[in-house]
Amino acid sequence: METVKLTIDNKQIEVQRGTTILKAAREMGIDIPTLCYMELHDLNIENKPGGCRICVVEVQGRRNLVPACITKCEEGMVVRTHNPRVLNARRIVMEFILSDHPKDCLTCAKSGHCDLQNMAVRLGIRDIPNQDISAMSTYRLDTSPSIIRDLDKCIMCRRCEMMCNEVQTVGALSAFKRGFMAAVAPAFEQNLEHSPCTYCGQCVAVCPTGALTEVDNTPQVLRALADPSKTVVVQTAPAVRAALGEEFGMAPGTLVTGKMVAALKALGFDYVFDTDFAADLTIMEEGTELLGRVGKFLKGDKDVKLPILTSCCPGWVNFFEHNYPELKDVPSTAKSPQQMFGAIAKSYFAEKINIKREDMVVVSVMPCLAKKYESQREEFSVNGNPDVDFSISTRELAAFIKQANIDFNNLSDEEFDRPLGESTGAAVIFGNTGGVIEAAVRTAYEIYTGKKLEKVEYEQLRGMEGVRSATIDFNGLPLNIGIAHGLSNARKLLDDVKAGKSNFHAIEVMACPGGCIGGGGQPLHHGDSSILKARAKAIYEEDVNKPIRKSHENPYIKQLYEEFLGEPNSEKAHHLLHTHYFDKKKKIIVKQ
Amino acid sequence: MSSIKIELRKEDIDKIHEICASFNNDPIELINVLHKSQEHFGYLPAEVQEVIAERLNLSVAKVYGVVTFYSFFTMTPHGKYPISICMGTACYVRGAEKVLDEFKKELGIQVGQTTADGKFSLSSLRCVGACGLAPVVLVGGKTYGRVAPDDVKNILKEYEG
Repeated sequence: METVKLTIDNKQIEVQRGTTILKAAREMGIDIPTLCYMELHDLNIENKPGGCRICVVEVQGRRNLVPACITKCEEGMVVRTHNPRVLNARRIVMEFILSDHPKDCLTCAKSGHCDLQNMAVRLGIRDIPNQDISAMSTYRLDTSPSIIRDLDKCIMCRRCEMMCNEVQTVGALSAFKRGFMAAVAPAFEQNLEHSPCTYCGQCVAVCPTGALTEVDNTPQVLRALADPSKTVVVQTAPAVRAALGEEFGMAPGTLVTGKMVAALKALGFDYVFDTDFAADLTIMEEGTELLGRVGKFLKGDKDVKLPILTSCCPGWVNFFEHNYPELKDVPSTAKSPQQMFGAIAKSYFAEKINIKREDMVVVSVMPCLAKKYESQREEFSVNGNPDVDFSISTRELAAFIKQANIDFNNLSDEEFDRPLGESTGAAVIFGNTGGVIEAAVRTAYEIYTGKKLEKVEYEQLRGMEGVRSATIDFNGLPLNIGIAHGLSNARKLLDDVKAGKSNFHAIEVMACPGGCIGGGGQPLHHGDSSILKARAKAIYEEDVNKPIRKSHENPYIKQLYEEFLGEPNSEKAHHLLHTHYFDKKKKIIVKQ
Repeated sequence: MSSIKIELRKEDIDKIHEICASFNNDPIELINVLHKSQEHFGYLPAEVQEVIAERLNLSVAKVYGVVTFYSFFTMTPHGKYPISICMGTACYVRGAEKVLDEFKKELGIQVGQTTADGKFSLSSLRCVGACGLAPVVLVGGKTYGRVAPDDVKNILKEYEG
């Protein structure tokens, strides 16, 4: 490999040809500030439009300063990253960016987590000359069920555009117009609701400012908790416990299951349950469906739809409804764990504690923004009463805990309530890419072969590669499994299915890179992908620590079938736990 | 965005398909496709952009982004008599802006817009190479020189009826 030698801040370094000044400096421990630039190393995601100009540095012999993020190192280069000329230029660049930015930091949803605000602090900005914008945003807000767009706060870093188009291939967002009018928006500046947006929230996860934020549902949750006539039930998704601690200064990957439960009880929820219970239930339903379809296929049924596609991820469901409506009867009909939980809580559990469904409020805590949209889908309600009333993100829960003055770090661990709080290791790993299919294999293997599975870990299904595949031996039957995370990767597998070229029996898809641990509702990673890896590790740790690691062995799941549902895929189970999908592709209307 | 809603006829869609095919449906040719389409339709309504996006396998958002980036592309149809006011240096110093303001006032539209009856549209341009006649106004194919704000009413009168 060819290398070049250069000098950065009086120190010599040798790097591979093609390395940018920014990366070379970071190798040396020199932190050149950046705003639009973002790199998620482990996921192969990089945004470097060279647009914001915060990272300018001086290269000896060049008339102008250069942006470090897109300027490649050359032999003999002498670079200064923080001399007075650079500092002065950076300050002016920042002042220009701020001159066109609203000044409502006090009430902005991103305040305290805003990269722009942090940069203003870092560069010591105390005054903004050339202001020509009012204190508050004046452009209309775009409020969807999941995401709020406040275009006046867009600084054109284009991270969201990169996520939406390259990583997710959703194509909802694009830069439009130019100069002061420039911003990122859906086609024809329509609201997100009229675009192919999947609400995956990856745009929100990378937005450095308050231009893209989640819809805050905590005020409604607070109202429900304050209403004595309501029984308020909460469920928490697996990925939340592996990330919530970060909001309280804990190291990424710290599991806070017990503290989270204690905090939810302190907030006043009447029952603290676990979405993991519903994940076990999902495995029972989806696993049975998988075995049913494979069984028919083996008997020579040519009409059976294979591969079966997982349906837990609402961003993914939105994606295929928009992009592959012709395949809408291929995914599993099983509802997502969030919705299964809501349906069971407002039927089975409401009966058990003898209250009407109208008097129960089900709240979910999710690593996800698409879950907000999912909970509002019409088909998931009974006479206008939704199965899940409100869905809040990991970030919203953290803010809620802080508002209630709960000393999270010093809480003693508490346990989930019964019966909907009991879960297995198989359910926990739903939070990681590959986890749902691994959990399904653990159960399907034992049901299909009648043999006990000695080793429950399937290392071949784990990892961070975008598309993975493995063949699992079901006692002589080779089951081909595909896994994709990130919707661009899902698209690759889907195109094969559409073309009839797919050899898989089952495919798991998660919309967000890394799976739910990297969800759009998780604590912001600010471009550090090692955080995602630490969360994934924590999820697998939780699995190992669970006494039961197969969904069908969960005693409360068994009880649920005995007392209420009958057996997996029974008529009652179908009614409560299964759904169907819609064609949401935009049609071009032709005048007759 | 354009408030005009149109429904494309089958021959319109066929025409767009034909234009896209002449550039091998290659997304890299987007600007050329938009050029040809605007040449054909006179403007680029949302519906045309949607068909182009589908054909070139691009997101509609991306196509819209390109249409709004280049001032040559327009989403509003030109009027029957497109009016262009030269804002080049010579015309500008001799009062072109006042002439433009008068047209805006008389027609009740801004630059880039078309009157409700579809008769006139207003645009500004940079130097038509007739600086000796500054300020210059073009209406359709006809050139008017040394235009003063007071002349505007009379110019518009020529196109009545």
